[in-house]
Amino acid sequence: MTGPFLLLSDKDNVLVARANAPEGLEVTLEGGPVRLLRPIPMAHKIARHAIAAGETIRKYGMPIGIATADIAAGDHVHVHNIRSAYTATHALQDADGISAGVSL
Amino acid sequence: MSGIQGWLRKDGRKGIRNTLVVAYLVECAHFVAAEIVQRFRNTPHEGAVQLIGFPGCFPNEYAARMMERLCTHPNVGAVLFVSLGCESFDKVRAANAVDASGRPVKTLVIQKAGGTKSTIQAGADWITQTLAQIAEGPRAAMGVDELIIGTVCGGSDGTSGISGNPAAGKAFDLLVGEGAACIFEETGELIGCEEIMAERAVTTELGQLLRESVQKAERYYATLGYGSFAAGNAAGGLSTIEEKSLGAYVKSGDSPISGLIKPGDVPPKGGLYLMDVVPDGEVRFGFPNISDNAEIVEMIASGAHLSLFVTGRGSVVGSAISPVIKICANPDTFRALAEDMDVNAGDIIEGNRSIAEVGREIRDLVVAVAAGKQTKSEELGHREFILTYKSFEPIGPACLPGAA
Repeated sequence: MTGPFLLLSDKDNVLVARANAPEGLEVTLEGGPVRLLRPIPMAHKIARHAIAAGETIRKYGMPIGIATADIAAGDHVHVHNIRSAYTATHALQDADGISAGVSL
Repeated sequence: MSGIQGWLRKDGRKGIRNTLVVAYLVECAHFVAAEIVQRFRNTPHEGAVQLIGFPGCFPNEYAARMMERLCTHPNVGAVLFVSLGCESFDKVRAANAVDASGRPVKTLVIQKAGGTKSTIQAGADWITQTLAQIAEGPRAAMGVDELIIGTVCGGSDGTSGISGNPAAGKAFDLLVGEGAACIFEETGELIGCEEIMAERAVTTELGQLLRESVQKAERYYATLGYGSFAAGNAAGGLSTIEEKSLGAYVKSGDSPISGLIKPGDVPPKGGLYLMDVVPDGEVRFGFPNISDNAEIVEMIASGAHLSLFVTGRGSVVGSAISPVIKICANPDTFRALAEDMDVNAGDIIEGNRSIAEVGREIRDLVVAVAAGKQTKSEELGHREFILTYKSFEPIGPACLPGAA
């Protein structure tokens, strides 16, 4: 376990937040410490190490998508930088897990 | 001993509830049917009189078969059909099926009964006398091995796959071990899991059919342009349909997969079954299941006495006919919606309890609810129901290898 982040399988290149993690939190990854560039809500993912665009994202030891951009170690891994190998993901403004999803 | 006293039906199946359902046969009869049910609010029969129905005016074999299965479900003691009169639904066939099952049945046709007020009064009068009649129905001891349990997840987030769904899977392992039949479903949320799932089939032929059912779902959703994925799933940390699928898949547990069924097919014996909910043939009638309750209804049509509903974002729904046990995967959601949740699987995320401990709690709650304990959604009065248009081909013998 890496602070509030869980490694679900040794084959994974993402870690899952088991609690809300604040921006600026120092997290020790295998490649060394990183600081979170934004808050990571519970159950969201960060990169375990650097991931190149086009690489397969693995969680539970299984493929969950493909990187659409280079992702640095400790960066938020989500709809903005990975895509499905099957059908496109439908998301609204609140996909970051922080926005309220209501306009007023 | 399970302590469950079931309601013994003529076909030998036993129910855990003794509900009188009021079923409208077209949207035009919905209001009248709902008003009839409303008459029993704030009476000792509140909750025992429930509304179901089919909104369409065009005929559909799937809907007709589903309605027959639902109205002869072991949890149902009697049926009142409410028809406008000119809709295409075959009300005679439906009423005959209920009558043949030994249940009291009545059909009211609004166009012949004098209109809205008269039909409401006639319906309420029939229900009052019929409730007294079905309360005297025979009871019999019921074992865990006679239960059919469904599982569904809705309002999933990234916690669902690491707490609530594995705990539900553990409960399924315990229940299958005791001889119960357990159903998991939504092949559109097994995309990416087809190979690992096929390996668990009791025969290689069944394994191939499981694989093909997911491939069918993938084609179907690709045509529609959306996966089985809601915007709230993304807000909850899920990025792709395959990530959601892997989390959903674990609620099936670790038991071998004994068969592949379609909505309305009743598992022939204990074991774990996958329900294929995606229609056969070309894409027609839109999305396979427009929201979670459509899936719950399909498992009930296959005989599910109750359903396990795992949620991360926080669904509040229940169901008509069969109780829903709500398992909250996310500890923050549990605190926010405690009045709606039966089980806090968020304890696993926070390190307070193990998956095995929560799985045992779910198993014990299944038996308690079967023995009469009310779930949170039952207590709150939730009785959601959806039935829409679909089309299926019947399953072949290879789908149920052990049934012969």
